[in-house]
Amino acid sequence: MTGWHVRNLGDAVLAHDVPVDVQRRFHNCSLALIGSGGAGVMTAGQILLDAATDAGYFGLMTRSTGPQIRGGEAAALVRLGVAPVACQDDRIDLLIALDWGKAERFADEIVLDADSLVIADPDEGEPPEWIIASDAKRFAVSLADLAREHRAARVNTIAVGLAAGLLGLDPESMSTTLRKLFESKGSRLVDGALAGLNAGMAAAAALPAPCRLAPAAPQPRWLLTGNEAVGMGALRGGVRFCAAYPITPSTEIQEWLAARLPQVGGCLVQAEDELASVNMCIGASFGGVPAMTATSGPGFSLMVEAIGLAVATEIPLLVVDVMRGGPSTGIPTKSEQADLGIAVYGTHGDAPHLVLAPNSIGDCLVTTQWAVFLAEALQCPAVVLSDQLMGQARAAITPPPDREWRAERRKAPAGRGNYQRFAETPDGVSPMAIPGTRGGEYTATGLTHMPSARPSAMVADHHRQLDKRRRKLFRFDFGAHWADIEGEGETGLLTWGSTTLAAREAVERVREEGLAVRLVSLRLLSPLDPVKISQALAGINRLLVVEQSHGAQFLRHLRAHCDLPARTQSLAEPGPLALKPGRIAAALRILSLEQAK
Amino acid sequence: MNSEPQLQIQALAHKDYKSAYKPVWCAGCGDFGVLNALTKALAAMELPPEQVALIAGIGCSSRLPAYTRAYGFHGVHGRALPVATGLAVSRPELAVIATGGDGDGFSIGGNHFLHACRRNVNLTYLVMDNAVYGMTKGQASPTTEADWTGSKLAPQGTHQQPFQPLEMALAAGAPFIARAFSNAPNELAHIITEAIQFPGFAFVQVLSPCITFRPEQMHWKKRVHEGFVPTADRREAFMALMDDDGFSTGIVYRAPRECYRPDTAKAVTLAEIAAGFEVVS
Repeated sequence: MTGWHVRNLGDAVLAHDVPVDVQRRFHNCSLALIGSGGAGVMTAGQILLDAATDAGYFGLMTRSTGPQIRGGEAAALVRLGVAPVACQDDRIDLLIALDWGKAERFADEIVLDADSLVIADPDEGEPPEWIIASDAKRFAVSLADLAREHRAARVNTIAVGLAAGLLGLDPESMSTTLRKLFESKGSRLVDGALAGLNAGMAAAAALPAPCRLAPAAPQPRWLLTGNEAVGMGALRGGVRFCAAYPITPSTEIQEWLAARLPQVGGCLVQAEDELASVNMCIGASFGGVPAMTATSGPGFSLMVEAIGLAVATEIPLLVVDVMRGGPSTGIPTKSEQADLGIAVYGTHGDAPHLVLAPNSIGDCLVTTQWAVFLAEALQCPAVVLSDQLMGQARAAITPPPDREWRAERRKAPAGRGNYQRFAETPDGVSPMAIPGTRGGEYTATGLTHMPSARPSAMVADHHRQLDKRRRKLFRFDFGAHWADIEGEGETGLLTWGSTTLAAREAVERVREEGLAVRLVSLRLLSPLDPVKISQALAGINRLLVVEQSHGAQFLRHLRAHCDLPARTQSLAEPGPLALKPGRIAAALRILSLEQAK
Repeated sequence: MNSEPQLQIQALAHKDYKSAYKPVWCAGCGDFGVLNALTKALAAMELPPEQVALIAGIGCSSRLPAYTRAYGFHGVHGRALPVATGLAVSRPELAVIATGGDGDGFSIGGNHFLHACRRNVNLTYLVMDNAVYGMTKGQASPTTEADWTGSKLAPQGTHQQPFQPLEMALAAGAPFIARAFSNAPNELAHIITEAIQFPGFAFVQVLSPCITFRPEQMHWKKRVHEGFVPTADRREAFMALMDDDGFSTGIVYRAPRECYRPDTAKAVTLAEIAAGFEVVS
């Protein structure tokens, strides 16, 4: 393998990576709210995002917590902008600490510089060493004193006020949002929240603003998480049954569907484990009802045998894996793209199936909807690989389109017997009899079988069924949606999933510097189409493959199927922290220098 | 289906519920008796084959669905109950019957058995219990006696107490619990009928000898005896099981309670759900 890891080259390049671009600070601002778990930083971040969204901005909030249920460290990272915001910035403009409890754990995650502003309560003591070493401008605001002065105000709403004041958010719009959020909790809480907001905004007036947002020009937007978007995509695609077992960070998909499926005539069953949940879905789908489950790595591992069963019995099935740090329990609350291997290659036997990945929060909806359509059309399992970064991020985005993809399974009509469930057809897809259909009775089996479904151990039957199942996927026209191909240039960036978010911003940054880069983000990870990939890479003479996996799983997957340019380099970093755009931009610059040698 | 041909409706005999496939079972296997009794019960109830779904895992007895003319599903080892649950919950109008053996149901699928008992989905579970893994050629199963030394995998016995399926089912909340014997086809067909007609999770342990790996089970026909009197009183059922020698047959517990019912909600359009994401400035 010719690829090398950019991280081995040292940090010299990175130190000068982020030009201080004053213009950009009107375009978007980055904020971190930190504190002990339970201090209310997540609520504060959400209020700020909601209020900014109400005021017409786009925004993104990602959550960083330890695995504790209560306590531990918590950070809400909020980036707001006048245009869509896809990922977090490399650095933070404004950090507000409600307290310093376990704040040392954010040293690698929250990057401050001399232009950053840090606000903390002096009564909370000295900030951790990494804050002092950052050269950020530090200001003391006695949050607890302000809370005492304004009875019923909470420290976290004062922090919201501080942030709103410093970023230049409209006070009227802030008050309206706070009223809306707290009105169900009674007038005392509304008054307290408003008092906190006003106290914070008043305190902000005395401080220098690190970053001020230009006025927003409101456009239609949706506010949602990636996990909610997956749920919506599943409903649009036609999923009407879900069985699931709780697992971080996928549980919100299950919870969202539990409330919505009954509204559209479907249902959700909480299963006893993941072995049960995936098999329940297979049972429902055998009965003709489009079905899905949502899980994360450890649960996905338990489902792999049943995914092979769905391949052999040609049962449509959607499995969403919201990836987290692994293996084993790993880092359940943080992100990684390291389940690609098991999703593509995990099943025993030769078991062709679909693996897809959304590459933005909005695309979580679109790709899930596409996956339902494909699984139903091709009568096979589809795995959708989302991750904690997209799944639990909450964002104001341009509303995703409603595509035409609806579950349309080829079904067998009633007949007079002699039904051939697995009849060989040119496209490999055979009409499926649904229980209740007279004359279509058959026994689906994981045993190798004949076209009639009768079990067989004959060589010819085995080969025919293997060929048929492969043909379904390899003869299908997946159209243009298999990848996003953006921009022109002799330098290429090939990536997938949530890494695309930072990659897009990196490409934009280096383009402004005059380095033209074509970005290719694969949505269809299996089956790979080597012809389409080589067409997408035509004219590219140096390529950066970007992924969040220690073992470069994506690069290995590509190498197994495709010809990549001779000058292909790998930026493969493990989680749990999201790859930042500056990191990718640096790698692109290094790659372009390499070419010039 | 618009193009459904008008078929002549006539009562089906029990042989009409059997497929043309020759079972893989050994001559003399108890499972033949279960297949006969089951098809008899389906015929007696006049259940159209297309309205019946037989769901199985892996093992000798799990091959049963393909030997019928109903819809069938032969899945992976131990997961018959989850597949049956998904089907029964999403298609409640079907008669869903899970079948399998003691290894499939009580060992690898043991967790699903407990939760199926307490979940109480409307389905029937027939376990053909021969206290041995037949398909893998004779290893001890959860219901094997602790001192059985007939297996190469546990040559000195299992060193474990046998699993008590009926007690477990009762403790876990199953509302219908019965035992029958594969060599008593009429009683078995009767109990299967009762189980299918029962509104809820109905569990039937069928003593079904393996004459190949447990030839001593040939003597079961001498040991089996009527004994259980159906009760809806859980305490009485436990008492009956305390007195049980493992060969009493009949329905030991029958206490209908509300079946598992998924959540319901007022109908909402997808556009209305999507509107929940819209930012109203």
